[in-house]
Amino acid sequence: MVERVVIVGAGPAGVRAAQTLAAAGLRPTLLDEAPATGGQIYRRQPAPFRRPYKTLYGFDAAKARQVHTAFDGLDGAVDHRARTLVWSLEGQRLCLMHEGGTENLSFDRLILATGAMDRVIPLPGWTLPGVYTLGGAQVALKHQACAIGERTCFVGSSPLLPYVAYQYARAGAGVAGIIDTTPRADKLRALPDLLAAAGTGAKGLYYMGWLASRGLRYRHAGIPIRIEGESHVTGVVVRMAGGRERHIACDAVAIGYGLKCEHQLADLAGCDFRFDSSNRQWVVAQDGVGRTSVAGIYVAGDGAVIRGADAAELAGERAALTVLEDIGRPVDRARVQKIDRRIAGIDRFRRGLETAFAYPHHLARDMADHVILCRCEAVTAGEVRHAVTQLGAHDINRAKAFCRVGMGRCQGRVCGPAAAEVIAGALQRPIEAAGRLRGQAPIKPVPISALADAAADLTVAA
Amino acid sequence: MIAAWHVDVAIIGGGTAGCSAALALRKRGLTVALFERRTVGSQASGVNYGGVRQQGRHPAELPLSRRSREIWPRLPDIIGDDCEFAATGHLKLARTEAQMADLEAFAAFAAEHGLEIRMMGANALADAYPGMVSGVVGGSLCPSDGQANPRLVAPAFARAAARAGAEIHEHEAVTGVARDAAGFRLETDRGGRFTAGSLINVAGAWADRVAKWFGERAPIQAMAPNMMVSEPVPYRLPVNIGVCGAGLYVRQIPRGNLIFGGGKGWADRHRMVARPMADVSYSASARLAETLPWAADATVIRSWSGIEGYFEDEIPVIGPSTTTPGLVHAFGFSGHGFQLGPAIGEIVTELVVDGRTSTPIDAFSISRFQHAGHRAA
Ligand SMILES: Cc1cc2nc3c(=O)[nH]c(=O)nc-3n(C[C@H](O)[C@H](O)[C@H](O)COP(=O)(O)OP(=O)(O)OC[C@H]3O[C@@H](n4cnc5c(N)ncnc54)[C@H](O)[C@@H]3O)c2cc1C
Ligand SMILES: Cc1cc2nc3c(=O)[nH]c(=O)nc-3n(C[C@H](O)[C@H](O)[C@H](O)COP(=O)(O)OP(=O)(O)OC[C@H]3O[C@@H](n4cnc5c(N)ncnc54)[C@H](O)[C@@H]3O)c2cc1C
Repeated sequence: MVERVVIVGAGPAGVRAAQTLAAAGLRPTLLDEAPATGGQIYRRQPAPFRRPYKTLYGFDAAKARQVHTAFDGLDGAVDHRARTLVWSLEGQRLCLMHEGGTENLSFDRLILATGAMDRVIPLPGWTLPGVYTLGGAQVALKHQACAIGERTCFVGSSPLLPYVAYQYARAGAGVAGIIDTTPRADKLRALPDLLAAAGTGAKGLYYMGWLASRGLRYRHAGIPIRIEGESHVTGVVVRMAGGRERHIACDAVAIGYGLKCEHQLADLAGCDFRFDSSNRQWVVAQDGVGRTSVAGIYVAGDGAVIRGADAAELAGERAALTVLEDIGRPVDRARVQKIDRRIAGIDRFRRGLETAFAYPHHLARDMADHVILCRCEAVTAGEVRHAVTQLGAHDINRAKAFCRVGMGRCQGRVCGPAAAEVIAGALQRPIEAAGRLRGQAPIKPVPISALADAAADLTVAA
Repeated sequence: MIAAWHVDVAIIGGGTAGCSAALALRKRGLTVALFERRTVGSQASGVNYGGVRQQGRHPAELPLSRRSREIWPRLPDIIGDDCEFAATGHLKLARTEAQMADLEAFAAFAAEHGLEIRMMGANALADAYPGMVSGVVGGSLCPSDGQANPRLVAPAFARAAARAGAEIHEHEAVTGVARDAAGFRLETDRGGRFTAGSLINVAGAWADRVAKWFGERAPIQAMAPNMMVSEPVPYRLPVNIGVCGAGLYVRQIPRGNLIFGGGKGWADRHRMVARPMADVSYSASARLAETLPWAADATVIRSWSGIEGYFEDEIPVIGPSTTTPGLVHAFGFSGHGFQLGPAIGEIVTELVVDGRTSTPIDAFSISRFQHAGHRAA
């Protein structure tokens, strides 16, 4: 019997995994909720747009073209299902939603290449219209060819910060300010590791240089205090390196503090997790080549470890090779070694990035009581602290039960990391002690009508 | 040997039943230690649907349920928290005339116990709830029923009990109990040694193990009601709804979320895990879409389940042990013990302190499972 291998996520990791499995004669199924392959970084533009690769992907144009071409060449060798959300996992089957209906799909082996999303730290005013994540601001530009505002202020600590600001400026959109919360000294400290990956490290410097040459100052060690506005953003107040507060007028804010892994399906699969203290987040425990603690479930790409698109491509291929090994197919040893060496090299660069764009977790921990921490359920930081200190919540799941933090439609994807910091702070314990929000199906909202629709299918099948 | 710590009463299980017992016992002046393997109210008591209903109870359960209903609105005075209890009414819907007849029979029986239940035909339903429900022939409304937030209740009882001087031991499981002349000797997985004059077994879906330590058989089946919640939609459903025979119950909270369930998910009580199942969620969603068509466009944001102990006759075990003086059981609430929780604490307290209770509980005796061939293994 042919193994049924399913891949979730058609970004660089998922596409390379599919390609590798197809080359070995398996016909994997590749699922993605997006309309086309490419994932976050190589997201394709909607049909009517005809912007050239160089405009869309800049320095990464060649790589984007390679990933897209690799996939388009697979024609028929892969069962690609676009616009298909995987909303649950039960044992050896997935629950899918496609075109307003749901169905189940069984698998023998599963590669989760589900990517990452922006990490945010709430601050006063962050729920105002006009506030986006850095990644969201980029998606607007890449996907819909529109800027989030006429004058956007870019704030946070993320490799995306200089890059998205650069993309906006290049596209002719107004840049009101670029505020990096990390001190310049940390950037310098990270240089040796960053430059180890010559090309990629240089890109970052290029963006900063390009911005400076246009008179757009890249400010280090600035702390966003609040976003101002009545019905829409009108400005950001920042405490500058010297301690002075400064008001920056703008009509949009793009903010982000690096990325966090999307690993809800691995959670539903019952995979073990471990706390990665280098970037303060829970990650799926794996053996380094994709195997999780649950037999038959593999992880690859930014959903497993945040280390960028190049590593995602390699890790996708590597996870597929691991699958082939596990089902007793021959694999090219030399290729395996080469991938492992290259991933190790990128790991050094990743450590550099974590220093250069440090996660200022104290901003979350010290957030004022009145700040809305969980926007889905409108829960303030003070209410979360109350749940801990007055009601006895000893971790994030208990706090959720008591005050609804992380209980809304995003299931804590957005507020989870910051909420954990607030809780750890209130407990006066290390962040790991705050625990990890449990994933629950559906991992993204599914209409009742779509679920009802599957019941009709069950009746017919019975 | 380290001397064991002595209390008047030890309680195994920190659900609504155990936490309300801890408070009630303290009020009678007894020293109390409660042991909870996880955290209080983290099992059935904290994850249930939140229905606070007398309608549709087993006849033997109605007096108990009535007594508990008296307590619910007084929670702010008793434990300092209303736990979001609201007497919204409970509307039971019939899809056939035969079901309608059953509802009528129950309403007549309830009237004898002073519980008001109003029968409503299709027209009366359409007048009272325009455009709300479809596919039903009528229903019966119990106005004094309602709903509450299950996540808050057991912890609030536990905090009140602790304030009153009860010891609440969380993350501490009782691993064995021996009975000798001095009373009960408890051992816990944290190496704790306790002695107690009386023991209360309110260990939920795991209480049969405790009963077995004393040679008593309790054929519990662990099952996991399948639950879902939608994102907030405009508030429209003023009443808690149950549908006869069709495995659907649904309520809406003022912030707009629809909470609904029907059918059973998957449970492994030994590993203490329960999960909803997609196929069951599909069926419950289909029934919801049929019954409340306006709700079909709402999106489900979460599903969950929890482990509950069921008996085949669908009523609990409540009462003194048949083998061991000083031991009192209250468990196996068969899917409807959340509403009963506040009264259970008072009743087991009466059994411990006075040796009897004013509420009829004979039907719930564990003796019903001890007949020939039913010996504890
Ligand atoms: C918003 C954003 C912008 C970014 N911009 C840049 C950039 O400009 N430059 C850069 O170097 N890096 C950028 N990154 C990081 C970069 O995206 C990643 O390094 C790279 O894309 C990782 O590839 P991947 O294959 O692991 O995951 P991704 O490319 O993220 O692909 C994951 C895919 O999985 C799909 N998916 C996830 N869950 C499900 C599900 N349950 N059901 C169905 N489909 C699912 C998603 O739709 C997505 O297409 C960005 C990341 C984000 C989140
Ligand atoms: C999903 C779901 C929906 C429901 N809906 C409703 C409803 O709408 N209305 C209603 O009235 N009822 C409902 N019920 C039933 C109701 O929740 C239960 O009957 C009630 O909560 C039982 O309370 P309890 O205290 O007996 O048990 P539990 O809450 O299960 O508490 C027992 C506790 O004992 C602990 N324990 C067990 N063994 C040991 C040991 N050896 N040492 C230490 N601790 C131990 C367990 O960890 C557990 O916390 C529902 C149940 C579920 C699961």
